[in-house]
Amino acid sequence: MEATNTQKRDTLRQKKKPVSKDKVLAFLFLLPSLILIAVFVYGFIGWTGYVSVSNWNQLIPDMSFVGLDNFSSIFQTFRFQSDLRNMLFFTVFFIAGVVILGQFLAVLIDQKLKGESIFRNIFLFPMALSFVVTGVVWRWVLNPDTGMNIILDGLFGWTPGWYTDTTIVPTLQIGQIDFGIPLALIAVMIAAIWQMTGFSLAMYLAGLRGIPEELREAARMDGATERQIYFKVILPQLQPITFGVIVMMLHISLKIFDLIYTMTGPGANFVTDMPAVNMFETTFRGNYYAEGAAIAIVLLVLVAIFIVPYLIKSRKGEA
Amino acid sequence: MKKELGIFLGLLLALTMVLAACSSGNSGESENGSGSSDNAEGSDNGDTTLEIFSWWTAGGEANALQALLDGFESANSDIKVENAAVAGGGGSNAKAVLATRMQGEDPPSTFQVHGGAELFQWLEADSMEPLDDLYEENGWTDIFPQKVIDMNTTDGSVYGVPIDIHRGNVLFYNKQIFDEYGIEPPKTFEDFFAAADTLQENGVTPLALGDKDPFGSSSLFETVLLGVLGPEDYSKLWTGELAFDSDGVREAAETFKKMLGYINDNHSSLAWQDADQLLVDGEAAMNVMGDWAEAYFVSKGWEPNKEFGWTATPGSQGSFMIVNDSFGLPKGVENPDDVKTFLTYLGSKEGQKAFNKLKGAIPARTDVDMSEFNEYSQSAMDDFKASDSDGTLTLSLANGSAASPGFLNKFNDAVNIFVTQQDVDQFINALTKASSQIK
Repeated sequence: MEATNTQKRDTLRQKKKPVSKDKVLAFLFLLPSLILIAVFVYGFIGWTGYVSVSNWNQLIPDMSFVGLDNFSSIFQTFRFQSDLRNMLFFTVFFIAGVVILGQFLAVLIDQKLKGESIFRNIFLFPMALSFVVTGVVWRWVLNPDTGMNIILDGLFGWTPGWYTDTTIVPTLQIGQIDFGIPLALIAVMIAAIWQMTGFSLAMYLAGLRGIPEELREAARMDGATERQIYFKVILPQLQPITFGVIVMMLHISLKIFDLIYTMTGPGANFVTDMPAVNMFETTFRGNYYAEGAAIAIVLLVLVAIFIVPYLIKSRKGEA
Repeated sequence: MKKELGIFLGLLLALTMVLAACSSGNSGESENGSGSSDNAEGSDNGDTTLEIFSWWTAGGEANALQALLDGFESANSDIKVENAAVAGGGGSNAKAVLATRMQGEDPPSTFQVHGGAELFQWLEADSMEPLDDLYEENGWTDIFPQKVIDMNTTDGSVYGVPIDIHRGNVLFYNKQIFDEYGIEPPKTFEDFFAAADTLQENGVTPLALGDKDPFGSSSLFETVLLGVLGPEDYSKLWTGELAFDSDGVREAAETFKKMLGYINDNHSSLAWQDADQLLVDGEAAMNVMGDWAEAYFVSKGWEPNKEFGWTATPGSQGSFMIVNDSFGLPKGVENPDDVKTFLTYLGSKEGQKAFNKLKGAIPARTDVDMSEFNEYSQSAMDDFKASDSDGTLTLSLANGSAASPGFLNKFNDAVNIFVTQQDVDQFINALTKASSQIK
């Protein structure tokens, strides 16, 4: 302790910046949240990591060390393999949907049309709802017997099974599972995209507003078509926005729990199961605390793979 | 500078207060999350408040619990009770909340638990007080059926007071549909499949299933196990005397697979009560469910033996699968004597009558006058007594009595996969692999 303190003092002296009262005060202001985060975020991540290598797979804690046994056992289950497949396809299509639809709507609203704010609010509104509400509502809307199918049947004689469909296309046998897109996930994607498109719309609209009109005018002067202007001038300018939206959506889709839990549950044959749902049921229904913690750690690593590079990049941007 | 310091101290004070509020909230029911906590008074000084923890929040169940609590309060006006029920089918959410509270050494005064493995797990964790003296005081040993006492007993000590007995192996049917096609209630699997074929030919869904929660299909499969194996062999599954890769279990899996050919397509979007609603709407003819479904039918205005009929599930005539709810005394509660007063009321004739008339179950006491109960409950009581004397009472796995929650979790996963894939070999493998967890 002593040593580090003197070291700190030394470095401070080197920089020749006396510690101002402002800085002390700033530090004091930050201190409570630093302590809370240290304990409740990083402390518990550490604890979860500790549990994940223990033998605590019944109600009574048993912290004896078992290495990576829990990890190897979850990766061997049909359910967890299904989860990873579902998460992969859900993430890809959900993000693509939100990015493309949000951008499309933003461009439409950006046309300086009348009642613009009304449209903006209409599209933003679903975001104000909780995923729990979205899940329940879409469960009813897409219920194969009582929901939208009544209209679809009347119009086209078409009654999809939505989230009860257990078809997986294409069917490639990998591990224990059939690899492919579970059609039941489409229903979940519709609900998730419906909810989050408003967010990307708002981001893109802000981005579009930030592009100076002069740029377009200059392009027009050079004889570019509207199409060219959009793809060659506007779109490249929106890249940072797209990147931000992707990162935001990524962490939502990787961790998704509430929407799945209220809308479909794990689904027949686990076609709509996600790691977070599996983690909850494994831990609190089956009392496999260590295996649940192992799932949590796998999730954390997956999220970190995508988020950490982003954090590093944005840190560099600041400097 | 002074002003800023003032703001800082103010924030610090606010934070301390928030933290203080959090910690005192813990003793209330703030962890229930979505809990509709209009009764969360969170009064710390109320030293004679009993917190009754359960998952009875739906329709008839909630009314039954309220009747019990009201009856207790009017008999013991000095003790206040607080209904700390957590919503969620089969107690899935409630059990998670309970586990957190027990491990945090903040147990509710008493909690609902299924007799059997689900209760015993708390004994392994050394969290329950024995209730032998309470049994002796009230002479319960002679009044509760021995099998039900056994479900609440380990190592010679009893840890739970049973409040009700449900039956798990009941097949309910829509009487009008059965009459229309001249179908007799099926007693054997042969009868069942013959009836199912007739119904299917006439465009009626033969068997309603709701397995959004895997509990629905697990309940169905355990009744098939009972029907194929018979009560004796069925019980051997849980003691490890009969292996899951034996011929009987394989035959049960084949039968279950055949039954799955007669269910509604949208089963994975329905909860158990939605499946019963299909019967009420006349879209499906039969449903296999515990007899809490009877309370559901009654709440929809149906009368037993008029609009709906019932029989034991195919092949299980004469056996009775018990689903029993008990309440126990956790270690470390503040007012154990008041809890015992509550448990005494819970085991009394009045308490059991008030509760079970609304719950659709039969009282755990065998000496309650059944004349005020409806026709279904009376017949269930007769069946129970007959089965008790024949020794054909069995435990339910899907309801947590027969095996550990760890095994049940794996069992549910295997059944969920089987319902779609219908691969018998893989199913048997999964069950055999999981069976080391039965305990």
